[in-house]
Amino acid sequence: MTVECEPLLDRDPMVPVPYRVASRRDETRDSATLRLEPVDAAIPAFLPGQFTMLYARGVGEIAISISGDPSLGDGALTQTIRDVGAVSRALHDAAPGDVVGVRGPFGTTWGLSTAVGHDLVIVAGGVGLAPLRPVLLGALANRDAYRRIVLVTGARAPDEFLFTDQLAQWSARPDLEVEQTVDVPGGGWSGPVGFVTEPLARVAVDPDRTIAFLCGPEPMMRFSANVLLGKGVPAGSIRVSLERNMQCGVGLCGHCQLGPLLICRDGPVIDYELAQQLLAVREL
Amino acid sequence: MTHPAAVLDRAGLDRLVAVLIAEGYRVVGPTLRDDAIVLAELDSGAQLPAGWGVESAPGRYRLHRRDDAAVFAHSAGAQSWKQFLHPPTQQLVSTDGIGFAPAPEEPVRYAFLGVRGCDLAAIATLGNVLGGGAHPAGSFTRRRQGLLVIAAGCTEPGGVCFCASMGTGPAPGPGYDLSLTERIDSDGHRFLVDIGTDEGARVLAGLEHRTATDREVGDARAAVADAATRMGREMPLPVSDIRTLLRDSRNAAHWQDVAERCLTCGNCTMVCPTCFCTTTEDVTDLTGEHAERSERWASCFELDFSYLHGGSVRVSGASRYRQWITHKLSTWHDQFGEAGCVGCGRCIAWCPVGIDITAEVTALAQGRDAGGSDA
Amino acid sequence: MPDPLAGLPLVDKLTEEQRAKVADLAREVTFAARERIFDEGQPASGCWLIRSGWIALDTIVPGRGPIVVQTLGAGDVLGWSWLVPPHRWHFGAVAAEQVTAIELNTERLKTLADADPALGYPLTLGLFEAVLQRLQSTRGRLLDLYGSPRDR
Repeated sequence: MTVECEPLLDRDPMVPVPYRVASRRDETRDSATLRLEPVDAAIPAFLPGQFTMLYARGVGEIAISISGDPSLGDGALTQTIRDVGAVSRALHDAAPGDVVGVRGPFGTTWGLSTAVGHDLVIVAGGVGLAPLRPVLLGALANRDAYRRIVLVTGARAPDEFLFTDQLAQWSARPDLEVEQTVDVPGGGWSGPVGFVTEPLARVAVDPDRTIAFLCGPEPMMRFSANVLLGKGVPAGSIRVSLERNMQCGVGLCGHCQLGPLLICRDGPVIDYELAQQLLAVREL
Repeated sequence: MTHPAAVLDRAGLDRLVAVLIAEGYRVVGPTLRDDAIVLAELDSGAQLPAGWGVESAPGRYRLHRRDDAAVFAHSAGAQSWKQFLHPPTQQLVSTDGIGFAPAPEEPVRYAFLGVRGCDLAAIATLGNVLGGGAHPAGSFTRRRQGLLVIAAGCTEPGGVCFCASMGTGPAPGPGYDLSLTERIDSDGHRFLVDIGTDEGARVLAGLEHRTATDREVGDARAAVADAATRMGREMPLPVSDIRTLLRDSRNAAHWQDVAERCLTCGNCTMVCPTCFCTTTEDVTDLTGEHAERSERWASCFELDFSYLHGGSVRVSGASRYRQWITHKLSTWHDQFGEAGCVGCGRCIAWCPVGIDITAEVTALAQGRDAGGSDA
Repeated sequence: MPDPLAGLPLVDKLTEEQRAKVADLAREVTFAARERIFDEGQPASGCWLIRSGWIALDTIVPGRGPIVVQTLGAGDVLGWSWLVPPHRWHFGAVAAEQVTAIELNTERLKTLADADPALGYPLTLGLFEAVLQRLQSTRGRLLDLYGSPRDR
């Protein structure tokens, strides 16, 4: 993998790099995936799990995980944004040709390389699939390096899955087990109905050879981790991606603290061995 | 490189200020304003608060007249050096179209005059947070690099001071260019000068001074050592024990007790010399052509501080106080390898209800020893 | 003869001897796609340990037709209303696709467990595990975690 673009290492960490929206795809009623291309120089290459700070001119800046293919290395960024507030709405609504600011990539990674030789169990809830997509793409690009790959993904309703075309392609692959489930069926859905913990409970795992990657609402990750712990998977083999208020992304603003952690720096991907005790404390 | 300690007289201090200004330094030091000793840019040594002392207690700060003309015999005021190195608001970036420009910055060289041990430690702590990570803050780093520090050995600790138990004072630790210990007796008003850096030595060389006698050195050292015995407050446990106490007290019943007193006003975070948190803000001009991002000091006591699409993580006052004190005394170690508290006591004096960080640690320790930390 | 109950979580806490007794009252069944297994409100009899395929649990809401509340798949247990009053099915069950399962004769199973608590206890524990897992998952769904903050 080569990265053609020159990394901008000496930049002021708070100054964004301009990227142009090259294309935009609506994923669900409130989520869209943007393909961003650098106007001039690109930010350094990312690893699965990392995020960028995306700036919408005059509106503000938020942390968004990268949902693209880590093996492309073409300088472009793929980011999936859910419209939940003023800044995310502005970014979600950005049209091809618009310029946004990008800082990053920041944060810890899913550590895919440390999972070589293992079964990968990927559990995604709602838009939690976005930061896990690079894990799947990265693993599939090097498929022989891993044993089983299981994707369990849940959404509120059938029309709220991200990357539906890709999910269909993945489901058709013989070397990938995909379990999709919805909280509420409808719209002709004939697939599984239930919380992600139900298909996850049905997966026969080899606890000593499994690395699990969890992303979604915090209770969904806690409940899913409990299922895995119940199956004998050690907490140290479970990784979760956490979210807190982030203003700077580089450990300077203090907002994203979770106990001893600065989520922007020590996360977003955290070992469940550590996360477990922190997530159990109210209002931490 | 060691330099022998020197002695500067009172007029020498004024000359020091003048020399620094002439060299292009912006000299910041204590001065009297609005019945308080504030930190401000000085035009001359005559603006130093000669003859003023401070009386401080939980929720209380008053000036009093001293019977001498000491200029550094006052404990910490509401401000700290943070406001110059890490200003309350500053622009980060602006954009007029496609590109982004860092905030224009006039090169500034500060000389801080009269930095006590606690505050010298606080400058180092801020430096670790804002300048010591993988992504140092540009403006802080530039200001810190150009900084000249003239410390003051503390001989008059206040009622809320506890630097001795935090290991940051009363003698200024490393990091100063020059350090002054003020002495007034029958031999007159003078300062023992310790030299910390070549730059300090160079500055001193431009002033009329003399080498200190052994007796003068011993007298100044004794005066500072004595200050350690006159602190108004003390942390009840060693710093490393406080770290584990707070880590193990996340579910303590005592947080409710603090919450009944705490107004969540955030004063403690504003006056704290190490509280570094900021929130970014965006503005555009009326045409929408020009947009700016800036940062301002934020406080973990603000409800929005932990806002996460739809609500805040820390809603109760108890959780916000727990966050603040736990960060200062425990998780700061995890994040930055040291304590975030230097023992200056500002948070105690400027708390409108007089919450005392040392007393809260004592109460938490008592709760733990009574086996009630998980109540 | 191979163990017909091998790999089924409900009975994995039983001894070999106990499993043989349960196997005695078990038989393998197949349901065709869309075949109804039982209806809501009918007397409850039978317990199925699903080997393959999907089963949908449903209920009737007038004007909305049958609503699927949950689906069960390989490894799941279908049917425990026979164990507790009023011994009637709370939901209906229909095969969403061809299903193979082990069907337990619950009348005989109850008699067996009543007579031999040492067998009844691990069996009940296995059922309880399944119930708890399903209860917790249902509670997870109740939280509507993926809902937009804009809708709250």
